[in-house]
Amino acid sequence: MNNTMTNKRNLIDAQKFALYAAMASISMMFAAFLSAYIVKQASGNWLEFSLPSTFYLSTVLVLLISAVLHKTKSFINTLESGLYKSGIVVALVLSILFIISQYTSWNTLVDRGVDLKGNVSGSFLYLITGIHVLDVIGGVVALIISAVYAFIFPIHTHPEKGQKFDLVVNYWHFVDVLWIVLFLFLMFYK
Amino acid sequence: MANTTIYEEDVLIKEQGFNDHFHDHHHGDKYQTNFIFHYVFSMDHKIIARQFLITGMIWAIIGAAMSVVFRMQLGFPEESLAWIKPFLGKWIEIDPTTGMGKLVPEFYYALVTMHGTIIVFFVLTAGLSGTFSNLLIPLQLGARDMASPFLNMLSYWFFFLAGIIMFYSLFLSTGPFSGGWVAYPPLSALPQASSGSGTGMTLWIMSLTFFVVSVLLGGINYITTVLNLRTKGMTLWRMPLTIWAFFVTAILGLLSFPVLASGFFMLIFDRSLGTSFFLSEIFIEGQALDRVGGSPILFQHLFWFLGHPEVYIIILPAMGLVSEVMSVHARKPIFGYRAMVYSIMAIGFLSFIVWAHHMFMSGVNPFLSNFFVVFTLIIAVPSAVKVFNWITTLYGGNLRLNTPMLFAIGFVSMFISGGLTGIFLGNSAIDIQLHDTYFVVAHFHIVMGVAAMFGMFAGIYHWYPKMYGRFMNETLGKIHFWGTIISAYAIFWPMHYIGMAGVPRRYFSFESFDAFKHFADLNKFITIFAIISFALQLVFVINFFYSIWYGKKMKTKNPWGANSLEWTTPIEPIHGNWPGNLPVVHRWPYDYSKDEREFIPQHIPLKEGEIGDH
Repeated sequence: MNNTMTNKRNLIDAQKFALYAAMASISMMFAAFLSAYIVKQASGNWLEFSLPSTFYLSTVLVLLISAVLHKTKSFINTLESGLYKSGIVVALVLSILFIISQYTSWNTLVDRGVDLKGNVSGSFLYLITGIHVLDVIGGVVALIISAVYAFIFPIHTHPEKGQKFDLVVNYWHFVDVLWIVLFLFLMFYK
Repeated sequence: MANTTIYEEDVLIKEQGFNDHFHDHHHGDKYQTNFIFHYVFSMDHKIIARQFLITGMIWAIIGAAMSVVFRMQLGFPEESLAWIKPFLGKWIEIDPTTGMGKLVPEFYYALVTMHGTIIVFFVLTAGLSGTFSNLLIPLQLGARDMASPFLNMLSYWFFFLAGIIMFYSLFLSTGPFSGGWVAYPPLSALPQASSGSGTGMTLWIMSLTFFVVSVLLGGINYITTVLNLRTKGMTLWRMPLTIWAFFVTAILGLLSFPVLASGFFMLIFDRSLGTSFFLSEIFIEGQALDRVGGSPILFQHLFWFLGHPEVYIIILPAMGLVSEVMSVHARKPIFGYRAMVYSIMAIGFLSFIVWAHHMFMSGVNPFLSNFFVVFTLIIAVPSAVKVFNWITTLYGGNLRLNTPMLFAIGFVSMFISGGLTGIFLGNSAIDIQLHDTYFVVAHFHIVMGVAAMFGMFAGIYHWYPKMYGRFMNETLGKIHFWGTIISAYAIFWPMHYIGMAGVPRRYFSFESFDAFKHFADLNKFITIFAIISFALQLVFVINFFYSIWYGKKMKTKNPWGANSLEWTTPIEPIHGNWPGNLPVVHRWPYDYSKDEREFIPQHIPLKEGEIGDH
């Protein structure tokens, strides 16, 4: 698309750097949610509730996704096309399971009487986990694109593909770590 | 003499430049073959810069015209406004007995709100930083284009989309949003709160959400380009101050706009999904709403966490432009280059920890206020360092008092007068009297409205030849400058007095208040100058568009005798900026009046024993 991106003299890869900048931006958004959460909690009228156990499942899922993608990345260098493709598919399945798991958690909470419109503490939980799921959906889209590329083009024809896939993996690590941070936060700041 | 220098410089780039093999493969130019991709969905940073500039100018005219309408209401409440009924339609109510046309109060609020939103976001953020970051970052760093031309194009089109939505909201039968540009809940959270709070607010929040996307896409690009695509020899300490300013501005935007987005998400939840993040104990028509437990102050925190860095997002690019313009036209190195850079950084950092000074009177804890007072006063230090350095740059310089230079000096004048009143307002005790009065209006209009506009004008007049290959008319430029600076002071200086007397901002009319009635003459005076000032901006607009086609042609590459790299590119702009090799940088950009040479551009190699950095 453009050759300024692949300027060889750069110490940092421009695309990777742009991704890091975007991550900083997303982190600021969540930092704002969490600080609003703390401020609101301190001012009282705050309903305490325990988190649904499916959140633990979600946490296991994100750890698995990160591990799978980390391994999948290495298959590009070793040109193991089959393993590379299956790695992407497994990650895709796991990520969809994550979204289902989050959805189940919301349903559990609604059954327990913690709904979106009730106490602000509940609203915050839906807001924070909901926006996080939006980020996950962004990652799912990226994985689908990676899958399409992996299945259409032979693995050795696209040396740049490894670099692009690296971006996808990095983004997923970010989303996964973000979930763990959010989960721990919600657990300890009830 | 001049010709031989230029010839030598060309040879220098050709022979000693850096070959990045850009022109070896021609796929770089392919997407520019037809009109649509050359001028509309362009990915060339120079075209995108002009798109930002002209869109920003259109918004500036709309925003300023709105201020003229509400100033007429404030200055001439007894005059009939029936003559603008053809434009404003039902927003002008005509008294059937007297035939007197009056502005509908709800629309007055809508005008004030839109004026603020448009000028702050569309003109002074997108129009200023969008234009000059796009134009100058690649050109002054010696890059072929932005890191991602595609994201750059998206950034403009998201801004355009935001603009279309906001423009559409102006024509709603219920009117655009009218709860103030800060969009505090509950006026922004409850659709039934006022006529503009329904669809008007929905469109406002949609528009600004797209705007945030635009700023983030642009910001990511600017930062990445500055850090990754500098040409050989262009170390960070050899970057012009413009680039430093755009760089820090982009970082501020990248870190603060997401926080506004968070606030918007919560507001959207409150408006549409029935949550109560910002709502509590509200009565509408005697009925208590069942929305309890939230806090409107929370929104104010989120808003101003963006809102204050936003002030610097507006003023830092103007400061960068002024530093560059001033040094070039004073034919002197900028005084205290490193101090300028550290001040930009200090301002950037401090801008994140002063936001609650906008909320002294909103019921925040007074002990908390102390913290914000102290940091607000500290931010005056790097600002004063910059002012000192501009004045010392002027001192003893061989000044060329042309239009860009006049606007740069005008900027400093405005920044001093507006900055000083900031020290008053930064004190929470004085704010008890001054908050929400015209004193505040005068302060921020001078320091970030007029000053930022002056920085932008300095930039436009200075880089116009780079953008269009022609010069703007100098006589019209001078009329524009002198008229604007006189009118700007005539408008905002008196506002300080009425503000100190306690006249509140945002009021539709003062006729029924005994305490404020006697300022009617002063208000009339302000309005007259507001109209004159608006007319003078039209002179600028005419000059701008006339000069695109009929302005004096640029005959040499470097008409101002400037050192930065953009003036080594061909007069007729090309994709990829330099026809052959990229220039290699050997020195900082401010070697003016050195070694008996008037200026030594950045790509001229050092002589033996000469130092390239300062």
